[in-house]
Formats: sequence, C-alpha cells, structure tokens
Amino acid sequence: MRIAVVGAGPAGVRAVEVLMAAGHRPVWIDEAPEGGGRIYQRPPAPLQRNARTLYGFEAKRATALHAAFDALKARADWRPETLAWHIRPGAKRLHTLHRGTQAVVEYDAALLCTGAMDRVLPVPGWTLPGVTTLGGAQIALKAQGCGIGRRVVFLGSGPLLWLVAYQYAKAGAEVAAVLDTTPFATKAAAAPGLLRGGATFAKGLFYVGWLRAHRVPVAEGVTPLAIEGGAEGVAGLRWRDASGREHAVACDAVGMGWGLRPEAQLADLAGIPFRFDALQHNWVPVRDAAGRTPVAGHYLAGDGAGIGGAEVAELAGARAALALLQDAGQAVEATTVARLDAALARQQRFRAALDRAFPFPAHLAAALPDEAILCRCEGLRAGELRAAARADNAAGPAPEMNRAKAFSRTGMGRCQGRVCGAAAAEILAAELGQPVEAIGRLRGQPPVKPLPIAAPRPAPEAVP
Amino acid sequence: MRLHRLRDADRPRIALTLDGRTIEAQQGDTLLTALLAADAGHLRRSEFGDGERAGFCLMGACQDCWVAVEGLGRVRACATPAEAGMAVKRG
Ligand SMILES: Cc1cc2nc3c(=O)[nH]c(=O)nc-3n(C[C@H](O)[C@H](O)[C@H](O)COP(=O)(O)OP(=O)(O)OC[C@H]3O[C@@H](n4cnc5c(N)ncnc54)[C@H](O)[C@@H]3O)c2cc1C
Ligand code: FES
Repeated sequence: MRIAVVGAGPAGVRAVEVLMAAGHRPVWIDEAPEGGGRIYQRPPAPLQRNARTLYGFEAKRATALHAAFDALKARADWRPETLAWHIRPGAKRLHTLHRGTQAVVEYDAALLCTGAMDRVLPVPGWTLPGVTTLGGAQIALKAQGCGIGRRVVFLGSGPLLWLVAYQYAKAGAEVAAVLDTTPFATKAAAAPGLLRGGATFAKGLFYVGWLRAHRVPVAEGVTPLAIEGGAEGVAGLRWRDASGREHAVACDAVGMGWGLRPEAQLADLAGIPFRFDALQHNWVPVRDAAGRTPVAGHYLAGDGAGIGGAEVAELAGARAALALLQDAGQAVEATTVARLDAALARQQRFRAALDRAFPFPAHLAAALPDEAILCRCEGLRAGELRAAARADNAAGPAPEMNRAKAFSRTGMGRCQGRVCGAAAAEILAAELGQPVEAIGRLRGQPPVKPLPIAAPRPAPEAVP
Repeated sequence: MRLHRLRDADRPRIALTLDGRTIEAQQGDTLLTALLAADAGHLRRSEFGDGERAGFCLMGACQDCWVAVEGLGRVRACATPAEAGMAVKRG
C-alpha cells in the first residue's frame, strides 16, 4: 500500500512511527528542512540546540520527538523542503514542489498533518514593520535567537500570549506590556474545567505569575486601538483598559495573536467537508475521533484537523495511522487503540475549557474601523469589504464569504485569506446581521501557497 | 524594525548585499533575520501604497516577506537561508 503523510510535526512523526512499525514505508513530505513542526521547530545547524533553553518545560517532549523523527527519516521516503501544493482525491495524487522541481506522489491512503497558524485580528497599524504574529515572535527567538524588537508589547489572548511573553523576558528582551483582550472574569469562569488540564494549566499559571512577579505590566480585558509608527516601524501602541481609560505604551515591536486556526487548505482540496466549531470559533474539516474523513482513504490528525495542541497532536497522529491500518485490514492492538481513544477524550474536555477561557473576540474584529487595512496582501480596507456586502453595491450584495471575495478581493491575495479570513468573516457577518457560520468560509485553491514563477505547472487533468 | 540578537549571536559572519549595499549577517540566519537584524528596516513596500512591510508570520504562510534573490527569483525571506554572497533586492 502506498501511503503519503504530509507534515512532520508532532502528529506526523507519531503517525509515521506507527505506519513504519506496521511495515510500511510512507512518502513523508514537509515544507520545512527538518521535522518537529511549529512547537518543536529546530534552529538551523549553526545555532545551538540546547533543548532546555529552546523548549523550557517542553524540553523532554521535544527531545523525544526529535529522536523519533531522526530515527524515522532515515528509513521513510522523507522529502524535506517539499511543499504539497495540491491534492487530487479522485486520482489520489499529491503535487509537490522541491527547490523548483515538481513531482507527483501517487497514494492509496493519505494522512494530512498540516498543523495550524496564528489566528489574528487586524488592528489599525498592524502592517507596520515590527508587528508579527505571536507565533512569529516565538519563531524569531526559538529558531533564530532574535527578539522582534528591543521593547516588545504582546497583545492577544490564549496560552501562547503568556508563554511567548515569558520566553522573551527570560531571554533578556524588555517586555513593555502583556495586553490580554480576554476579561479576567471569562477566564475565572472556565477555571474549574481548566483544572482538568493538570500540568498544562499549572504551566500557564506559572508564566502569568512569573511575569507579574518580575513586574512586567499586564492588563486584561483590553481593547487595542492602534499601533503607531512610520517608515521606521512601530513606535507605540494605544489601548483602552476595561474601565474605558486610554493608555499609550512605547515599544518598537508588537507580537499579536488570538489562538490558532487550522492550516486546512489541503483537506479542503481533498474534498473533505467542513463544519463550524462554535467553541473553537473555527471552520474545521469533518472527521471522526480517530481521524477518518468522509472521503475514503484520507485521514487527518493534529491541529490541522481542529486545534488541540501538541500533546493531542501526538496522540491523534498515532490514532489516525492506526485507523488507516484498520481500514486496510491490518491487525492493530486493541489495547493501544483503547488507550489512545481514552487519552484523546480526556484531552478534549480540557481543550473545551481552554476555548471557553479564551474565546475569540469576534466583537473586536467586527469593530475594525473602515479605514484600517483588513487584507495585508491586497491592501484592502475594512470599509471596502463592508461596502461589498451592502445591498446597494453595484454588483449586488455579497451574502457570503466567497461572493464577498469576488467583489472585494478579500482573501484573494497571495496568502489565500489565511491571515485576514477570520476577521473578514466577522466583519461581513456583522454587516449582514448574520451569525458568522451562516456566511460560509473562504475555499482553498491550488496551489495552497504561491509557486515560484519559474516552476512549470503540470497539464490539468480531469478529476474523476 | 530591527531584530534584536538575544542569544547565540557569535556565529561566523557572512556578507550579502541588499540593493547593492553590503549587509553583514551570521551563518544560520534566514534572509529575514539577516536583513532585519542589520539595518534594512523593511523588506518590501506594499504595491498598494500603504507603506513598508517586513513580514508578519515568520513561518512561510503570509507571503508578506517577499524579496528577490539573484539567481533564485522571488523568495520568502523568512523561509530562505541566507548565504554568503547573495544579492538581494527588496520585493
Ligand atoms: C508559530 C507557532 C508557534 C507555536 N508555539 C507553541 C508553543 O510554544 N507551545 C505550544 O504548546 N504550542 C505551540 N504552538 C501550537 C503547536 O505548534 C501545535 O499545537 C502543534 O505543533 C501541532 O502539531 P501538528 O503536528 O498538528 O502541526 P505542526 O507542528 O504545525 O506541523 C505541521 C507541519 O506540516 C507542514 N506542512 C503544512 N502544510 C504543508 C504542505 N502543504 N506541504 C508540506 N508541508 C506542510 C509544516 O511545515 C509543519 O512542519 C504553536 C503554533 C504555531 C503556529
Ligand atoms: S513572514 Fe510570513 S511568509 Fe515570511
């Protein structure tokens, strides 16, 4: 059986481990030069790789995952620096690009472990040099030993906000402020459920406590107003506190993010249906608890199948690989399956509490001023999307996301709406007076990321 | 913007050029790091007239860090290792 696995993060590594133990040799594709995924990304060789420094409390898990990856890559058909830019579920083909060279991977079963990226809310001034995602700020530090500035504000909500602020402070950067848009009361209400998270919850409390103890200014329930600066980049950030008072903080960089959203473009192209997960406030591909999808022969695991975090990704990767083997008629150990299922169910309950503690602040997206840039790729402003939605728009009103895209070019840019999609949906929904799930989602298009102009495309083939 | 080297900043130096000007970087830098830890300030100018850009996601997803490298064409600065002698133009 020909198996293709996309992604070598926690989910992909544990999936390939199971497949290889069962005697298969999958084609294993990742755009990155090495395995580890986002959380356990390794710096390039000339940089030091001290796991304790790089991954903190996660050092043990990181080391274990890297060891597993190193052992597997030698025996799998490992294809680093390779983008899977299209998938054809009928023909069962993946189209890949490696350093300008195209290839086609034919498979009988495909397992997509494509991970996630930061979910962001545009803030006036967010295109200034010096503004990055929270994850981006972390990558600069983890993979390059750099801070995104000397005096950094972290803005957003969710576990990554406090973690990245802590990592920066520990590394010797000045953290000018941590501004959490979630009110304290929302988090407090979710605390009983969060206790289920055990060590994960304790780590979160530790970061918050450490930052407060080190006199890093923190505020909760904030409203960001604008990031200010000029050609030189960021100079400061204006925000409003929970009681309505305005503040300004001087800084030369801002890291911002509001949780994660699945990187699910390949799942979309594979024809897997999506559903709106109200708790995560994300569109997620449909799959069962084991990672099977309604499209036979196609499996999903990890954050790309719905945000669950790194621990879940490891469990889900192994579980989806076992599902694939079961469906192929191979014997699998029932005790292993039962253990994974129980662990995944436990994690699911903790995750639900996390999502309740850090809800996506849809109201902030919907309130983005008309003149603020919404789509970075196309330089499009929030007011232009609102105008496209209205009934008096010359082309007719845009009642859903893909029509709005056609009218306003929102999400048509080179990132395919990865960055602006979440906020654009809220703006459109608010303008139309509809719940956000009613206005649909931006569809994935091949190539899932822009190809170099020089790369020749294969002749189109009929989709059976 | 200027990236601030916080650790591991003693790697062997390499030299590249940005729009003809020499930039000193370190082995293991991505192009984004090489340029923004030096004094490049930004990587490109928005084609829609809304100012300078210097990347956003640093993970190869947003495409806001495009620069042109002689011999390679258009690349994402955050996902391209910097190499000695590279001739880079702002995107
Ligand atoms: C920037 C960032 C930083 C994070 N930091 C932390 C943290 O510090 N702590 C924490 O607990 N969680 C963190 N998270 C969340 C954590 O990374 C995930 O929960 C976890 O990594 C999920 O594992 P995964 O295997 O599902 O996906 P990932 O680890 O994201 O791995 C997915 C892999 O698939 C590859 N890929 C995706 N699409 C394609 C394609 N089309 N072609 C080829 N390859 C592809 C990617 O290159 C990547 O290596 C972070 C997330 C992000 C986005
Ligand atoms: S910074 Fe987003 S792709 Fe490079």
